[in-house]
This record gives sequence, C-alpha cells and structure tokens, in this order.
Amino acid sequence: MRVETHPILSFSASPTVRFTFDGNVYEGREGEPVAAALYAAGVKVLGYSRKNGRPRGLYCCIGNCSSCLAIVDGRPNVRLCTEPLREGMTVCTQKGKGGLL
Amino acid sequence: MTRSDVAVVGGGPAGLSAAVAAAGQGADVLLLERDGRLGGQLNKQTHMFFGSEKQYASRRGIDISGLLQNRLSEMGNRVRVYTGAAVLGLYEDRVMTVEHDHKYAKIQAEKIIVCTGASEKFLAFPQNDLPGICGAGAVQTLMNLHGVLPGRTAVMVGAGNIGLIVSYQLMQAGVRVRAVVEAAPVIGGYLVHAAKLRRMGVPIFTLTTVKEAQGQDSVTGVTLIKLDENGRQIPGSEFELDCDCLCVAVGLSPLTELLWQAGCRMRYVPQLGGHVAVRDMRMETSVSGVFVAGDASGVEEASAAMAEGRLAGLSAARALSLGIKTYPALADECLNQLRDLRGGACGAKIRSGLDALCKAEAAV
Repeated sequence: MRVETHPILSFSASPTVRFTFDGNVYEGREGEPVAAALYAAGVKVLGYSRKNGRPRGLYCCIGNCSSCLAIVDGRPNVRLCTEPLREGMTVCTQKGKGGLL
Repeated sequence: MTRSDVAVVGGGPAGLSAAVAAAGQGADVLLLERDGRLGGQLNKQTHMFFGSEKQYASRRGIDISGLLQNRLSEMGNRVRVYTGAAVLGLYEDRVMTVEHDHKYAKIQAEKIIVCTGASEKFLAFPQNDLPGICGAGAVQTLMNLHGVLPGRTAVMVGAGNIGLIVSYQLMQAGVRVRAVVEAAPVIGGYLVHAAKLRRMGVPIFTLTTVKEAQGQDSVTGVTLIKLDENGRQIPGSEFELDCDCLCVAVGLSPLTELLWQAGCRMRYVPQLGGHVAVRDMRMETSVSGVFVAGDASGVEEASAAMAEGRLAGLSAARALSLGIKTYPALADECLNQLRDLRGGACGAKIRSGLDALCKAEAAV
C-alpha cells in the first residue's frame, strides 16, 4: 500500500523495477529500500529469528536494528530497510547467521 | 589514508550544523554519512518546528534539511561529503575506519565530532517481536520518505512529542489511528499536538500500557491494560483494539558506540536517554579532540541538536586555533539558544539530566 494523497508531501515516482523475494516476483520503485517495496506489496515478514524461527519484520527502518537482514543477490546479512532496490534483484529470507561468501 | 582538520560523523541536524560551523571558521571538514543522503531524520519531519527564528521555527524539518545542505554547499571545497560511508571504528590516534561505497578506508582527522544520533527504544511485552510492530521513526521513514503505508489501522504507544506527532502524520497519510496509549498519568508531549489529535477523534489513554500483542505472522491487534498510580497493571481492566500497525514511541537511546571505543568517559543518565559521554561546555569529551553533539550526546529535539552541532563545530575549529576572535560571541550565541530551548517546564527533564551529568563528574 502506498500513500495516495498527502497534504504536504508529494512522491516522485521513479521507474518501476521487478525483483524476486523467495522466488515470487514483485514490483517496486527503483532506488527505494527493498523493505519499502515489500511493504508496499503487503509483505511484512522479512525473515525469521535465528533460534526460534519467529517471523521478523521492520523495526527501525534506518539501518540500526538488524531486524530485516536477508540475502540479496547471494550476499547475506543485507539490511533490507536501507538496501536500494534495483532491477532484477534476487532477495531471499535468511536462515541462521548467513554463510561467508 | 584520507586526512582532514575536522571529521564529522553523521549528516543529520547536528552533523550538518557542526560541519557548516567548523568550515565557516576556516577548517577543512570531512562529513561522513552512513545513508545515501544527508539530512538524517529531518528528511521525514513534516511538522513545523517551534522556537525562535534562529532555530528555524515555523519551518518543516524536511525544509530545514535543505537549508542546512545549502549552507554546506556555500562552504565550497572546504567541505568534502562522503555519503554511503559508515564509520566502523574510532581509535586513540583519531584514525577512523570507514566502509565507504563498499570499500574499506582509513581517515585521520585532528578533531572529530561524533553526531551519530539515537536509536529507538523497545518495550517489553509478549509477542513484541511480531512484524507490524515497529518504532515511530520507522513508520515516519516508510510513509514520509518512501510514500509507503505502514498499515491501515494503527495504535500508538507513547504520548510524548514523537508519539503525538507521528500519530497525526499517520492520519495525514491516510492511516486510521485507533488510540494513543501512555503509561504515565499525563501526556508527555506538547498539548498543542495532543489537542490536534483529540479534535480528530483519537482517544489518548493515559495510565495504560500494552499487555500483549495479538497475531501469528504479523500483528492483528493489541491487548491494552490500565495501570494504577504505582504503575501496576490492574487485573480485569484489559481491552482490545484491532490494528495492523503497532507503533512504539517510548523514547530513544543515544548511539554511542564510537565514543565508547574512543575511550570517552561515559555516564548513565536516564533523563538523556541512556549512556552519554561526559563533555565540557564546548562539547569536547574526556578524550581530547573528540567532540559530541546532537542526540548522541543526550536525546533532545532537533533544534537543540543544531545548536549543539554549531557549538561543537566552532569549538573544534577553535581547538585548531581557527576563528579565535569570533569564537566567544558565536559560542555564547549557541549557549544562549540552548538555554532558551531547555527553559520552561518542557526542558526540565533535560536540565535535570545535564545537572546529573555534571554532578556525577564532580564526584569523580
């Protein structure tokens, strides 16, 4: 869901790009954080906790809290809340600590 | 290794102000910002600021960010800006290790001003980790910066200024706000913000807290409970509200990792949000050459962060023997502004925090 009308702000629409999240195809706006694109598409579960496998989502949205770590194009431990979205990105939820490259 | 007279860590209101002030006194400044853009949290502040003209009153945070960046540009090549630059370490010889554009780099500066800001606090309750439960700042980032709605129906926890302002901003973006809940017996934020919400029909429940969150994969509702005047939960007083966004606005903690690593003397001062560095009137910490400003030095409003940033920038330049003649008057102006901002009933908490910091230091 995106903001439709706003009394103060206007949002410039950057080009639409396509990416995958756990194999499903989504659309988002180029350059916005991956997490914002997923949220706009209604996806709130961005990963699972290491020990108990509980769902994890956004908490701080500015790269502080590490609640949204995922694997992006094979790189583990990427913060989805600050990672800019690019065409063709492959995003996967991360299980465990993430392997070394 | 990159070198500069002054390095400023963080490009929010404090860091931008510090960089402008230091460069204005003739210092060569390197400004390091972790994010891809400058402005920090100003970029999502759609509300108008209070205070006097010097504190950019009646302007919105989003516009102040632009004004400060214009001031920075006016400094020309005396200021270099690295965005996408996360400072990883700060060492005794004032060498910083930095990840800049995914490359590892080292930077040495004569004076370092740490303006790293703060992070959101969390609240303990069952199921507090469910997706859809997030900080008030996160909600602001999503909707005001990226134009994405955090949900359709929200409950706000915390009736301080952030909780009240973000509730209003949620409604501006088209989200229904069910209620604001506050554990304290009184609303902590300015009444002008609370009145705005009340006029729009949003109840503010004081002496109320979260008992637990509901939901499987993400939050679907919240069970609230009333508190007695001693802060104990009153059994039987529970009530439920549906929501797909539970927004937590229970305060901020200064981001002080670099200050700890540099060996700065730290004190725990709850009124300032947690551990803060001991510093003098000029914003210099116990480690010579390391300065601090903004929320990293104690959580306050952006207006205070800008005044502290200017003061720290002036002081860092002064410590390099730059702007010696103009320093006293300019520094006094910053100190006067800080005194004004911290005056009155709303500044009582900050004043007591700063007093506690001074007393703890005197007792050493």
